[in-house]
Amino acid sequence: MGDLGGFFMKQFIGFLRKEFLHIFRDPRTMVIIFGIPIVQLMLFGKVISTDIQNVKIGILDQSHDNTTKKITSKLLSSGYFVLAKELQPGEDVEEVFRKGIAKMVVNFGPNFEQNLERDGKQDVQLLADASDPNTARILTSYAGGIINDYVKKEKLQNIQLPNQINIEVRMLYNEGLKSVYMFVPGIMAMILMLISAMMTSISISKEKELGTMEVLLASPLKPIQIVLGKVTPYLLLSFINALTIILLGVFVFGVPIKGSFFLLMGESFLFIMMALSLGILISTVAPNQMVAMFISLLGLMLPTILLSGFIFPIRNMPLPLQIVSNIIPPRWFIVIIRNIMLKGTGILYIWKETLVLVFMSFTFIALSIKNFKIRLE
Amino acid sequence: MISIQNISKSYKDVPAVRDISFEVQKGELFGLIGPDGAGKTTLMRILMTLLIQDEGKATMNKLDVVNDYKEIRKIVGYMPGRFSLYQDLTVEENLNFFATVFKTTVAENYELIKDIYIQIEPFKNRLAGKLSGGMKQKLALSCALIHKPEILVLDEPTTGVDAVSRKEFWDMLKKLQKQGITILVSTPYMDEAVLCNRVALMQKGKVLDINTPQKLIENYTRKLYAIRSKDMHQLIQDLRAWEKTDSAFAFGQYLHVTGKDDEVEATEFENYLLKKNHLELQVFDIPPTIEDVFMDRMAEQ
Repeated sequence: MGDLGGFFMKQFIGFLRKEFLHIFRDPRTMVIIFGIPIVQLMLFGKVISTDIQNVKIGILDQSHDNTTKKITSKLLSSGYFVLAKELQPGEDVEEVFRKGIAKMVVNFGPNFEQNLERDGKQDVQLLADASDPNTARILTSYAGGIINDYVKKEKLQNIQLPNQINIEVRMLYNEGLKSVYMFVPGIMAMILMLISAMMTSISISKEKELGTMEVLLASPLKPIQIVLGKVTPYLLLSFINALTIILLGVFVFGVPIKGSFFLLMGESFLFIMMALSLGILISTVAPNQMVAMFISLLGLMLPTILLSGFIFPIRNMPLPLQIVSNIIPPRWFIVIIRNIMLKGTGILYIWKETLVLVFMSFTFIALSIKNFKIRLE
Repeated sequence: MISIQNISKSYKDVPAVRDISFEVQKGELFGLIGPDGAGKTTLMRILMTLLIQDEGKATMNKLDVVNDYKEIRKIVGYMPGRFSLYQDLTVEENLNFFATVFKTTVAENYELIKDIYIQIEPFKNRLAGKLSGGMKQKLALSCALIHKPEILVLDEPTTGVDAVSRKEFWDMLKKLQKQGITILVSTPYMDEAVLCNRVALMQKGKVLDINTPQKLIENYTRKLYAIRSKDMHQLIQDLRAWEKTDSAFAFGQYLHVTGKDDEVEATEFENYLLKKNHLELQVFDIPPTIEDVFMDRMAEQ
């Protein structure tokens, strides 16, 4: 038996060696495995970020008194806004938007300070370019917040207003409302899905397409050796990817890991296993690389992006889609990571989600074994 | 060594192999000869345990192709019709990979593949995808032989290979046969049939005839003429249009022609063609080749 086991291992290691050679010799595979995760994280984290940062604004100051100057400098020192242009009274404000000089114009009326001190009240006009409604809404609310904050603290502290309720808002787990906190778990789910499921399914169906599967099947290799040999390299590479994404998240984007790092890696491992078994399942159905890629992209990537709660909150979806989202594995994984990273919860709070992933893995493995053909048809 | 009894196989409703039976003896070099779609590949895949037949029974070295597939996969070397090695691995890496898959090492069985491998060894660090057609086939044969199989199954190994490499390849098969390996080989080239001990002529899933190439030729009793003229294109059209012509096929520089019921004499062909204004006309008897036999058998169907 010992000798037989030795052969089993030798065959397996021979197979692994071959798989790694395939991966390292194919530039496209290398780009997908190592390039895409980093590029995507950077894209989502920096470029597609919905955070407000250094937005160009125009100032139309008709008073030029102390208060308007202070408010202006408050706005500009907040980090959210930079001054693009000082407008003169009578200048065409719309021109500024049309030419794309600024996204928002702050208009202080004449005699600002006087009116404020006399009446305890004064209007500021915020004009925003609402061709992008989301940004416009965020810009005006940020600017409004800064202005009110200043006026309340500096100007109105001596004036007693009757029965005023101050609302104090605190955003727990993500005080800065940074979108990267949302993207890191989402990207991780997406990348692991992409690498694990798509690459495995492509690499198995490639053997079918090129006819090498025919030789492998006609050899004494056992199906389990073929499948394990195919899966192991991607398991390792996916795990490295998971680590890379987490490290980038922590050190580049400042996303915290409040919970256990080992629990986080353990859950990632589970998710990778699930994705790999899904990849094998796809390859048992797909006759060639094109079909495998098509199924992976349309059947896995799109739902991951749209239905997992990564970008669009699940509770805002129509009911049928909410139900469908339950069978999308990343939906559960994203909940798990957000809990561990941002809230610092332990396994007690995410055991349900974990069980769902375990159950999914076993289902996919069982289906793959049932579908794996020891012959050509 | 190989026994096939009443094997049939259909893909959906299209029959690929129909009720085929024959035996291949130990140490025999047996050829499956026939055009594309004759069912050669399907039959080989059934023997290689890659497909399951709809009907019939087949054994390789007394092992059943359906029930004992695991055992068969250990003792048979297989070269599929398409080049099925890893193009992104080097010659040496491919060979080593298949050696480990078959639980052996290159060193252990080097004697068997030496004659073949020595020709591609200078390129052992080249990627398999960058080899010429002939060298690819040599590498594929080396890989199929690396575990010292008792039976070798080769599906059209010389298709798409130049004439010199084809000849070399058959020489290698002869040498392997001397070592006691039973070889089943398929080919669409009829001139390769004479290199086999016995051949099965196949067409549309059926075996038309099984015999030694010599016997097949001997059994051909028809009167065969070689005909040539200045305008070969017109010649074949005129001959096929004539009611006394049975068959006319181009064979190299000549047409091989038979007359209806073998009762047409050379002079009759000559007179007919002269009337059709053919210049530089030549008509003479020739002995049949295996191709004539096959053409004739196919026409009968």
